[in-house]
Amino acid sequence: MMSALMDQDSSGMFKVQQTIGSVVCCKCGVPMPPNAANMCVNCLRSEFDITEGLQKSIQIFYCPECGCYLQPPKTWIKAQWESRDLLSFCIKRLKNLNKVRLKNAEFVWTEPHSKRIKVKLTVQAEVLNGAVLEQSYPVEYTVRDNLCESCSRFQANPDQWVASVQLRQHVSHRRSFFYLEQLILRHDAASRAVRIKQVHQGIDFFFGNKSHADSFVEFLSKVVPIEYRQDKQLVSHDVKSSLYNYKYTYSVKICPICREDLICLPSKVSSSLGNLGPLVVCTKVSDRITLLDPRTLRCAFLDASQYWRSGFRSALTSRQLVKYSVFYVEPPVGEATVGGQKYALSYVLIARESDIGKMLTVQTHLGHILKTGDQALGYDIYGANVNDDEMDEYRLHGRLPEAILIKKCYDKERERKKGKPRAFTTKKLPMEMDESRGGRGVDPGKMENEYEEFLRDLEENPELRFNISLYKNKNYQESDETASMTDGEGAPTVPIEELLAELELSEEGEGDGEDDMDE
Amino acid sequence: MATRLQFENNCEVGVFSKLTNAYCLVAIGGSENFYSAFESELADVIPIVKTSLGGTRIIGRLCAGNKNGLLVPHTTTDQELQHLRNSLPDQVVVQRIEERLSALGNCIACNDHVALAHTDLDKETEEIIADVLGVEVFRQTIAGNILVGSYCALSNRGGIVHPHTSVEDLDELSTLLQVPLVAGTVNRGSEVIGAGMTVNDWTAFCGSDTTATELSVIDSIFKLREAQPSSIVDEMRKSLIDTYV
Repeated sequence: MMSALMDQDSSGMFKVQQTIGSVVCCKCGVPMPPNAANMCVNCLRSEFDITEGLQKSIQIFYCPECGCYLQPPKTWIKAQWESRDLLSFCIKRLKNLNKVRLKNAEFVWTEPHSKRIKVKLTVQAEVLNGAVLEQSYPVEYTVRDNLCESCSRFQANPDQWVASVQLRQHVSHRRSFFYLEQLILRHDAASRAVRIKQVHQGIDFFFGNKSHADSFVEFLSKVVPIEYRQDKQLVSHDVKSSLYNYKYTYSVKICPICREDLICLPSKVSSSLGNLGPLVVCTKVSDRITLLDPRTLRCAFLDASQYWRSGFRSALTSRQLVKYSVFYVEPPVGEATVGGQKYALSYVLIARESDIGKMLTVQTHLGHILKTGDQALGYDIYGANVNDDEMDEYRLHGRLPEAILIKKCYDKERERKKGKPRAFTTKKLPMEMDESRGGRGVDPGKMENEYEEFLRDLEENPELRFNISLYKNKNYQESDETASMTDGEGAPTVPIEELLAELELSEEGEGDGEDDMDE
Repeated sequence: MATRLQFENNCEVGVFSKLTNAYCLVAIGGSENFYSAFESELADVIPIVKTSLGGTRIIGRLCAGNKNGLLVPHTTTDQELQHLRNSLPDQVVVQRIEERLSALGNCIACNDHVALAHTDLDKETEEIIADVLGVEVFRQTIAGNILVGSYCALSNRGGIVHPHTSVEDLDELSTLLQVPLVAGTVNRGSEVIGAGMTVNDWTAFCGSDTTATELSVIDSIFKLREAQPSSIVDEMRKSLIDTYV
């Protein structure tokens, strides 16, 4: 009989199999396996209440505006109804919970408008010589509505801002602001702005917090060359605790030199940059200005502080670009790669569109892309009326070229695409228009044209698109485009791979997403 | 029928008394309540002796005995020994033994026929036990505890052991002792049964904390209820009645 119960364990000794017997509970007499207290669970529960002394009801404060719960003394924690954050917050609010061990916590359903939250807690504690008893009990939270500080301040005065950034660029076009807008959207730099307002020659950003404005200005300094100053204005003053409330204003100036501008450098600057030819073209503006001398293909970089030391302005801006027809391009005399861009120096025979009879031979840095029969845009220096002393001096000495070509013109190719929607769309910042200033307000027609030019700019220059998010246009059909693309060179477009699909937050979309995850 | 009582507000009755079929030893307490309780049950049947062992009152745990004899530890004084010899009936042999483990009540559990002993007991002691008490001695453990005297209460008709005893152990012990055994508790879930109660063939005494359930278990395993004469008549009557027409 015994051998059937014996088995050999690893050390070679016979070990008898032990079956736990059953005893009767000493209180109620129900048979049960023996435990440390020798009482069945129900008798133990009836005898020892481990939830004694634990908080069973408590009051919590909730801000209905922003959906936050108050953790005294001052922190407001954002949590959704019946979320994990809310659960951990509720448990944290209970005192004395360290006396017992918390095993499980879950919400019990309550009507949302009942202003009660019920949490069922399962706790374990030791009773009576080593027996561990587990017990569940509900805790009821009474939710009281109480606006948090920031919401009450906002309620009192919704236009309240603490810091504002006044961004200005004193040029006649808004191209820089379009580009900046896309950059800001991409990097989400203005997500914390309370208000954004568009004004003449600039944009105003309003923030609720000085640090938000600070970080925004820092972001700007990284993407465009700026100069700024900071001022503050006293709003209120608590005498007893010496607390001062200020309104901070950052006055930010973007450097007025833009891409494709023609600049006549003052002699001091020119010599400091190593005798860079007096006429330079600005090719790229990021946190530094890139100046290219079209005659020598030499480049110079000026960062914000260097620029503002001299503060020169451009002689001719993109408004003054005129069309030239290219008749003959000579093979390039020299080539250079500057800042990732290839340039080739060559002589071309051109004539102004409006004055075809007059042929000019000029030197250009666009030898790598111009071909006979192309159209190009450039500055007519011979005929331009520029208010620039330096330039006049040079003109006197006859050292100025007659024209400088800036970029190739794709108008003919664009004729084909006229009226058809683009392959991409862009997003916009939620800006308020400045209607209040009467005649000096922005003209919507002019804005449209400028925006159209900006989009064309994006198409032509891949390096501009680098930091920008472009989204697929749902209305765009591919078929027509590809047919026309086969014959010769078409206008440059944004390749499809670079476009992002827009995020669609609809009910069906989410459902599909869930299915995918299950698979 | 089992009785509930206390010694000076302490429920560990088996510590302060020793009950056998031939005699009963009780400790000397401040009040006479303890002694009176025993007296009311056993007055004319067996002698009840008030004593101390080695100057202590924990006599139940220091001595082991049955109707044949009584073993006391080496700490017992000569006066106590003489007092015991004088008070107890002549057929009971009182023997003082020299044993390192002097709490004999914790080390030995015995009835009139068989005894369980602590595994580390001397060979000599084992022989003396077999001789004086007239029993067969088995060295055993109960639920892994070597203090067999503390964790079981034994009489000629049944026994209770530590509640954590496994089923196989229970079978084995039952075979050795030749009495039915049950794993149970006394004094509201206390596992130290030998210290919590004391028992002989027709009566038992438990601490007052013992619950009714435990009491019923004690009654059933030691067959104390059947000691009443009336129950036998009832059983006979049940078999006599056939049907009501």
